[in-house]
Amino acid sequence: MAENKGVLVCGEIDSKLASITTELLGCGRKLADDLKEDLSCLLVGDKIGDAAKEAIAFGADKVYTVEDPLLKQYQADSFIQVVEKVAKDTLPRIVLFGQTSMGRELAPRLAFRLGVCLSTDCLDLTIDPNTKLLRQTRPVYGGNAQAIFVSEFMPQVVTVRPKAMSPIERDALKQVQGNIIPTRISIDTTKVRTKVLETVKEEVVGVKLEDAPVIVSGGRGMRGPEPFKTILKELADLLHGAVGASRPPADNGWVPEATHVGLTGKIVAPDVYIAVAISGASQHIAGCSGSKHIIAINKDPEANIFKEAEFGVVGKWEEILPAFTNKLKELL
Amino acid sequence: MPGINMIVCSKQVPDPEAPPSLFKVDTVANKMVTGPEVKPVISQYDEFALEAALRIKDKLGGKITALSLGNKIVRDVIKKALAVGADDLILLEDEAFDGGDSWSTAHALVAAIKKIGQYDLILCGRQSSDWDAGQIGLGIAEILGIPAVTLVRKVEVTDRKAKVERVIPDGYEKIEVTLPAVITVTSELGALRYATLKGIMAAAKKQPIVWKPADIGLESSQVGAAGRRIKLTKLFQPVKEAKCEVIEGETAAEAGANLAMRLRQAKLL
Repeated sequence: MAENKGVLVCGEIDSKLASITTELLGCGRKLADDLKEDLSCLLVGDKIGDAAKEAIAFGADKVYTVEDPLLKQYQADSFIQVVEKVAKDTLPRIVLFGQTSMGRELAPRLAFRLGVCLSTDCLDLTIDPNTKLLRQTRPVYGGNAQAIFVSEFMPQVVTVRPKAMSPIERDALKQVQGNIIPTRISIDTTKVRTKVLETVKEEVVGVKLEDAPVIVSGGRGMRGPEPFKTILKELADLLHGAVGASRPPADNGWVPEATHVGLTGKIVAPDVYIAVAISGASQHIAGCSGSKHIIAINKDPEANIFKEAEFGVVGKWEEILPAFTNKLKELL
Repeated sequence: MPGINMIVCSKQVPDPEAPPSLFKVDTVANKMVTGPEVKPVISQYDEFALEAALRIKDKLGGKITALSLGNKIVRDVIKKALAVGADDLILLEDEAFDGGDSWSTAHALVAAIKKIGQYDLILCGRQSSDWDAGQIGLGIAEILGIPAVTLVRKVEVTDRKAKVERVIPDGYEKIEVTLPAVITVTSELGALRYATLKGIMAAAKKQPIVWKPADIGLESSQVGAAGRRIKLTKLFQPVKEAKCEVIEGETAAEAGANLAMRLRQAKLL
């Protein structure tokens, strides 16, 4: 049996090369260098365009491009056919996906098809210098602990949490050297058993949560939808930021799901994260722990959020926030 | 399409809403140890999956089989599935099922699903509240060779098809899928209903069906820890230094204003 070699990144395109893919390439580059093997990237879509060259500029040695009108929109049943074929043909040692809408579906499917077990939502990946196996670190128990997994079955498949890894510096010169390999894979449409009837965007007005330099998030303690539209919104606008929420407000319908920060919502990493009336359950912290500075406002001095925060105020948000916002208006 | 046969996979886990300080890792055994204060519950996303099944049953009728895998499953906890309206409860319960990974667990569940025989929809939580892997639903679909839709917040079944809403980062997709299919359910679907007194009384009289590995045609070596394809090498809790600077004031409002000044001084804002 041929030996598995190299690192394969399953990339994503959102009009351009997705930021998660540049992060995967950054992480994959390091792993490939440690193994002294190649880094490849798979890009799938109806028109890939410059994204292939971008993947090279961000570290890939090789890019497999699979273009087909049938691959215009992500569909698990069609995309998995491409990923499975490329993985079987190229026999990578490691396959990296993003922990995204796509990666969450494709990675487990690929793993089960290839007879391996994967680790999802990895925060850290390193090569064991002795065994050359991939040490896969991921949070477990809602972020209450972390686990390191190792698999001897090849390939080693993982998904990586967005913003957990850094891209390497873009090298435009490298684009000319890279090897772009257009690859033809015919899609068996009889195996596509799901049909996307409609994609509905639930636009959030203002700055997108993922891009916001400052996020003002509210928790269960806001006790209703109103404060999210008024006092939190006012503060977020003042700081050119966005309003977020922990899970209870999203589950209760106080805010759109798109504002939910947490293990099962958005993973954000702003410069400043202001958590108001959020107790700091591990599953919420998992979504915001990448923030540079966390500020907590909570009436319970024992709340877990104070273990994560750099600055905090203990007390009722109804009293603290208006004074905080007014003072900032004077100072800014 | 009257009489939808549904199987809901539900796992018993330590209550994830318990304070983080009650979760301690035994680094020698590589196991999570939770104090007696942390009660076992049905994993929260599995409860949403159960609710999804109950809503379909409300509308179209049918049968719900709750399926759980583990060792020492607490009857009072898992029988909640019966109390809210599941028709049958099957437990894959044996020491041999302990310590599995997604690979061995999905294969054991599929062996049980095949033994149950009839299914139109298999519903799972999007991920468990303990290992958070999110692989079981997709693994079941792959082994059975049936389609799957993940992160579903709404399901409607019509004429051998299901129309579902799948949550994506900036909205949702309306997806049509042929049956049988696997659906993994996310929290936006809504919380599990409360059991009625009648339901609780009826559940109390029912006994779950218990299957051992041999009952589903598997050897002990194929299930649980023995059947793993990935090794847990280390379980740990990263050490966090408490470093929060608490800003004070005569009143809460003054503390708020002081916080603004402190953040400005630290050049954070």
